[in-house]
Amino acid sequence: MPTEPKIAHLAALRALISRQAPGQTALPPCPLGLPALDAALEGGLPRGCLQEVIPGDEGAAAAGFTAFLLGRLVKEGAGAGRGVLWASLGEGDLYPPALAGYGLDPGEVILLSAPSPAELLWAMEEALRSPALAGVVGEVDRLDLTAGRRLQLAAAAGGGVGFLLLRADRPAAAVSAAALRWRVRAGPDRTWHVELLRRRGGRPGRWILEREDETDRLLVASELGDGSAAPQARLSGG
Amino acid sequence: MWLPSWATDRLHRKPDCPADRPVVTIEEVAGRLLIQAADALAGAEGIRPGFALADARALRPDLAVFPADPAGDATALARLADWCSRYTPLVALDGGDGLWLDITGCAHLFGGEKALMSDLRHRLAGFGHDSRIAVADSPGAAWAAARFREAGQTVVEPGAIRESLAPLPVAALRLPSVMTAELERLGLRRIGDLYSVARAALARRFGMLPGERLDQALGRIAEPLSPRLPPPAFVVRQILAEPILHAEGLAAVLQRLLPRLCRELAEAGQGARRLELGCYRVDGRLAKLAVGTSRPSRDDAALIRLFAEKLERIDPGFGIEAMTLAAPQVEPLADLQLALARGRHGTARGTARGTTWGTARGTTGGTAGQAADLAPLIDRLGNRLGFARLARAEPRESHFPERAVKRMPAGFPAAAAKPAAAKPPGALPLRLFPRPEPVTAEAAGEGDPPASFLWRARRHQIRTAEGPARIEPEWWLGESGGPRDYWRLEDEAGLRFWLFGQSGSWYLHGLFA
Repeated sequence: MPTEPKIAHLAALRALISRQAPGQTALPPCPLGLPALDAALEGGLPRGCLQEVIPGDEGAAAAGFTAFLLGRLVKEGAGAGRGVLWASLGEGDLYPPALAGYGLDPGEVILLSAPSPAELLWAMEEALRSPALAGVVGEVDRLDLTAGRRLQLAAAAGGGVGFLLLRADRPAAAVSAAALRWRVRAGPDRTWHVELLRRRGGRPGRWILEREDETDRLLVASELGDGSAAPQARLSGG
Repeated sequence: MWLPSWATDRLHRKPDCPADRPVVTIEEVAGRLLIQAADALAGAEGIRPGFALADARALRPDLAVFPADPAGDATALARLADWCSRYTPLVALDGGDGLWLDITGCAHLFGGEKALMSDLRHRLAGFGHDSRIAVADSPGAAWAAARFREAGQTVVEPGAIRESLAPLPVAALRLPSVMTAELERLGLRRIGDLYSVARAALARRFGMLPGERLDQALGRIAEPLSPRLPPPAFVVRQILAEPILHAEGLAAVLQRLLPRLCRELAEAGQGARRLELGCYRVDGRLAKLAVGTSRPSRDDAALIRLFAEKLERIDPGFGIEAMTLAAPQVEPLADLQLALARGRHGTARGTARGTTWGTARGTTGGTAGQAADLAPLIDRLGNRLGFARLARAEPRESHFPERAVKRMPAGFPAAAAKPAAAKPPGALPLRLFPRPEPVTAEAAGEGDPPASFLWRARRHQIRTAEGPARIEPEWWLGESGGPRDYWRLEDEAGLRFWLFGQSGSWYLHGLFA
């Protein structure tokens, strides 16, 4: 185990390396309000990057987790951008009223029905370049390395977070331009099994999130570490 | 403006049309083949429209005959009319072979009426069209002069209309041919002959029309033209000395036109919702490009970006020699709004447009700086993908979940701040299928939830069920079918479904997150 100062030093070095251009200040991460996840992500969800969300089942857990992250980004919007754009192929089957449950105003979310996958990626790139948006979701059927690189660059320029939400659980390519890759599936009793499959310059992790019955806050029910299935002590936060 | 040989001129442009033989087009009238149009060569032989084809063939056995194409002629004339809007936005069609151009206030841009006419005739000749043009104070006088003076171009001076019309035949009054023939039979051959006839006598015999046409031609009563395209209130134009062949050149001209248009808009306190760029090609075609904005704007820097990537789509052909920029759709835009909108990038926080996009609602603490504007993004996306593809969800009153939300155009501020009661996550399905998917379900009994069901080739064993919640059909909307009994189901893996039973069948309508 590295000692505390060493960890701090490493974090500082990482911040230095990840800085893309001199003079550009690193965007502060967005705290998720889930201590275990925030710790694993070194402060919270990174901004100005592309993230992939892969569903682990045919349900809507991955979309729900994405909506949760969007809600946090909008609430903790540090910069100017607070808008949200959700792009799907055609009309899609997102039910906007449900977004209210994640702290998003359904009337403020821009819904885009793209005519083709190529136009969807173009629109995502344009939206990510806009400093007005905190988060941009694109529902896609597959991940494309070149498109991912373009989106990653656009997100870095605009400061928002781009989410590529896959429509189905597919074996994703090992190479990706995304900063994070999530895999989310539903578990019994309104829980989400969230896996951080990859993180640029960091370690993966697995958590089970559950909703508090009375307040409906999201809690970390257990932290499963990075691969070992042994549940650790029950952590709660929020 | 009259195009005496419009139909045959069009034929002459085609490669399979013989250059050295007279050309006619024919149409079938009551079983006879009649000449519809004849070119100059045929006209010199005495072959005129209305002749029987057999008679014409007797005069010139080598006559080249083509079928008449009235629809094609009309389309081409409409296209020419659009092109003529390089001179004036007010262009009206005149039958099948003429155009009216209202050049009031426009002629000076082209060096005067004579210069404008020469320019127009010269260009038409370049396209292969013979033309006769007249300028007069009334449409009727111009029509008469264009068709019945032998000159290619005529200016009827103001105050000289009466004398100029007098020697022309009564046919120049645009009367039905029966009426013209009747007037001639009475010895009233020239328009001048009518001057001395008492109006009452004329009206008794022929009705009001001859007197009305005469007054219109003399300019005593106004004759409004019905322009083909409604003239936009805001339009600026640029005539180019050298034809432009590339998009970069177009962008440079646009950069000159936009500030001029924006200045005009500013003076009127308006902002553009739609802009149309007209590019007049040397071959007589008009290439158009339109962009829309989600909110009224006269910010030339923002507007030029909307055009930027579309300019490539304009086909310059052999060059573009004139451009117009019009704002056919405008909305009031006060200076104050604009100043505030610009000021947001300065010290002001996003309070200027509290109701619009991007402005923070419920700003957390003092961390939020200025709110960035969403409008430019929406305009960019909308102009490429179509504004119909961008929407905001607006809640509506409906029992049925699929109708409880309406897609509203993005970019417009929300109707009013309706803080929807924050529903806990999971209360509503996050995915709602536009068409409920039929599933094979096994229910224990009537009124029971399914114990398991088959969806997309996978069986889901139900662990917990909540329900039913009954939704009656909205019969006032013509909804048929029985009531729906909705169940919230969770399978053994934890997947949460929204299923309903209707008249003995089961449908999957949505998924909970």
